[in-house]
Amino acid sequence: MVSASSVEIRKVNKHYGTFHALKDIDLVIPPGKVTCLIGPSGSGKSTLLRCVNFLEEYDSGEVLIDGTMIGYEAPGKKMPGRKLREMRRSIGMVFQQFNLWPHMTARENVAEGLIRVRGLSKSEAHRRAADALAKVGLADKMANHPSRLSGGQQQRVAIARAIAMEPRLMLFDEPTSALDPELVGEVLNVMKTLASEGMTMVVVTHEMGFAAHVADQVVFMEKGELVGVDSPDRILHHPEDARIQSFLRTYHERNSF
Amino acid sequence: MSPEMLVDLLWKSLLQTLQMVAASGLLGSLIGLPIGIFLATSGKGELFPAPALNRAVGLIVNAARSTPFIILVVAIIPFTRLLTGTSIGTTAAIVPLTIATIPFFARLVEAAIREIDKGLIEAARAMGATPMQIVFKVLLAEARPAILLAFTMTIVSLIGYSAMVGAVGGGGLGDLGIRYGYQRFMPDVMLAVVVVLIVLVQLVQSAGDALARSFDKRNRKG
Repeated sequence: MVSASSVEIRKVNKHYGTFHALKDIDLVIPPGKVTCLIGPSGSGKSTLLRCVNFLEEYDSGEVLIDGTMIGYEAPGKKMPGRKLREMRRSIGMVFQQFNLWPHMTARENVAEGLIRVRGLSKSEAHRRAADALAKVGLADKMANHPSRLSGGQQQRVAIARAIAMEPRLMLFDEPTSALDPELVGEVLNVMKTLASEGMTMVVVTHEMGFAAHVADQVVFMEKGELVGVDSPDRILHHPEDARIQSFLRTYHERNSF
Repeated sequence: MSPEMLVDLLWKSLLQTLQMVAASGLLGSLIGLPIGIFLATSGKGELFPAPALNRAVGLIVNAARSTPFIILVVAIIPFTRLLTGTSIGTTAAIVPLTIATIPFFARLVEAAIREIDKGLIEAARAMGATPMQIVFKVLLAEARPAILLAFTMTIVSLIGYSAMVGAVGGGGLGDLGIRYGYQRFMPDVMLAVVVVLIVLVQLVQSAGDALARSFDKRNRKG
């Protein structure tokens, strides 16, 4: 694997009109580690994640990937598209709704970026696509279109599509939230394997089990504020902040019967 | 009218209709396609943001679409004459038909592209794809079945519009129906014209549906 990236977020703010979505966020994401972002819906965790590859444009502050600011060349001065695209090439992203291209087979979905963006030959791209799909356990589904795959399989194709590009950083935006409960495990297992290989991963999730067992650090957000950053044990089992306690109480109530 | 005469007239008119519809359909769609792409991608925060120009083009498109076709035909006679050297006949009729096709097809293309899940565009952007790659490899690739259906709908509408260019001597099936069926009160001619038109529209629609289906992989088995 190529070296893993680090991310540093400094005083990042984001507004939607008058709504203050991210408030002075400071966060360090160490290389080769798994960082899970948790918190109630609308807390800004997905927005923060999307600032890391500049799909969401932050208003002020800095997001540094390996020391280079993404999106801006200087405060208020946008980076040229070509440079932004270059930075994005080493950042993989997995979406809640998979976002596979429906008119392509699983293998074509994975190969497309390698051909268009990385400039590989078709045969080389398809060879690598086959490898990536084998890695996520879908060697036998390569010729299927997304409509013929389960949600869990589609999300694994999406992960294969991202890792085939050999990213140094992977962003996961609620990767299991759209899945039926019985399909969540297969996706989390692929993510665990990836984590064990030393990939830097930032994961927005509601899967507290995954956060507890796989994360190196857990970030709790609420109302656009970063409330706590600590080890999974300290955040999930011994939270000091009342807002985290209340969130976890609600979570446990909902998940017990 | 003898049956031979009727068949002869129908045949000649059918050819005129086909000529007008084919020429204006192809030309109008060719020009309308990039305009439709522009309309769908140039809004605020989109791939090629140019909101002011987007609104301006949108206004022109709306103006052209809300002008009744028969008025458009008459209103642009000077332009038609400039382009074709004449303002009457089948060739001249192609000009207003093309001009009516452009905004019609552009709006349909815009709608087809806007139907595409924004997530598919984001997936490509996150990977580092260029805006042009996104247009050709995501938007046009995904919208292809819908654009083919839009083209079919455009051709069917054009067959209807082409009946009106009889007003400027454009000829065609509609003109035949009006002149013989209505003005000379020959209901058999009118009936024949209507039957030919129905068959023509059916053929075009079926061909378009089949073509669009063959490109649509979204619900394909396998």
